[in-house]
Amino acid sequence: MAWDKIGIAKRIAQEVQDGTYVNLGIGIPTLVANYIPEGMEVELQSENGILGMGPFPFEGEEDADLINAGKQTVTLRPGSSIFDSAMSFGMIRAQKVDLTILGAMEVSENGDIANWKVPGKMVKGMGGAMDLVASAKNIIVAMQHCDKAGNSKLLPQCSLPLTGIQCIKKVVTDLGVFDIRDGAFHLVELAPDVTLEEVVAKTAGKLVV
Amino acid sequence: MGFNKVYKSAKDACEGIESGMTLLVGGFGLCGIPENCIAELVEKKINNLTCISNNAGVDDFGLGLLLQGKQVKKMISSYVGENAEFERQMLSGELEVELIPQGTLATRCMAAGYGMPAVYTPAGVGTEVAEGKEVREFNGKKYLMEMAFDADFAIVKAWKGDAMGNLVFRSTARNFNPMMAMAGKITIAEVEELVPLGELNPDHIHTPGIYVHRIFQGEKFEKRIEQRTVRQKI
Repeated sequence: MAWDKIGIAKRIAQEVQDGTYVNLGIGIPTLVANYIPEGMEVELQSENGILGMGPFPFEGEEDADLINAGKQTVTLRPGSSIFDSAMSFGMIRAQKVDLTILGAMEVSENGDIANWKVPGKMVKGMGGAMDLVASAKNIIVAMQHCDKAGNSKLLPQCSLPLTGIQCIKKVVTDLGVFDIRDGAFHLVELAPDVTLEEVVAKTAGKLVV
Repeated sequence: MGFNKVYKSAKDACEGIESGMTLLVGGFGLCGIPENCIAELVEKKINNLTCISNNAGVDDFGLGLLLQGKQVKKMISSYVGENAEFERQMLSGELEVELIPQGTLATRCMAAGYGMPAVYTPAGVGTEVAEGKEVREFNGKKYLMEMAFDADFAIVKAWKGDAMGNLVFRSTARNFNPMMAMAGKITIAEVEELVPLGELNPDHIHTPGIYVHRIFQGEKFEKRIEQRTVRQKI
């Protein structure tokens, strides 16, 4: 059994360090917040202007003025702070945020990422993704190993328009965990019951086992 | 005489906004948007506007209302397309859209408010966002030169304000509002509550009144929620 979305989120949660500031993207990355080990202190940053973001509010307690970067209603944890968008991206650019976790359509063996635009399809925009990948100290990508047609998303080079270059350090897919360094994907761990043969067959970029 | 910043309605405050102008519009999604001014712009039936705003609203609210009336010529945003009419106009070429990174958008406003002509940011280096822009290396890392915005009006929304134009925002409705307020040649602030001078603690003011030229208390605030997400009580 390869990892499902929750499996990927649980595995990434193991990479999160105690006492750090973390920005979570939309999709699987958001789920990571649910699996941060008990007793660990992690402060979540939301780029619309929150440090110390909490879970969704209870029904009836939603506040239209309090949303996350995905425009969902959220809450604040004790010790949280609110700031404007310039300061939010200021702290990202100045590398005060320790870890960024985001989704991707493609990642290349030299750490390039494409996740904002498919030519010919409706383009919604990059939001804060280009700012995050250009500046973050440590970036982990959460994604499926292959697209719906079965094509590898771990490539020699990205075919889609880029979001950032040479910035991704680690990729966690349904099949396993991969570090990116020296122009290759280095296999760190296989997901349960996934064979090395399957990973080799489904990784188009350079793979070091 | 004196400052005379207080206007009695959105209609009065939006005097002088004309077709073809460039507007900075505060808000993130539907959170913290200047609802009353947008309604007035719809009413004014002006068009050919260039709107600089992080998002473009939804079909029947926010900047979507201006799009419905085909009043917008160009949008400069970081994330759009939460509405069908926007998509239709963009794909048919009626609407020009310039997508820029969110932090770049914020920083180009900030630069205008701080009197800086341009800033350097690494966002977009090596991507199509970098096309035609000056790239400069500092300490071995590449940065793009991004220009400060030059807008005729800024329209922002705050929680509380006073007759001197001092503003206090509430929660994440702050977002782009403070730096857009700083960046407008003329800045119009709509507030939920216009309070008497002296009531706002000077230490708690987010935007000093020097950046705000016109202020009024909004008639009504719908404050629509775009994605209502809740958890169950266990």
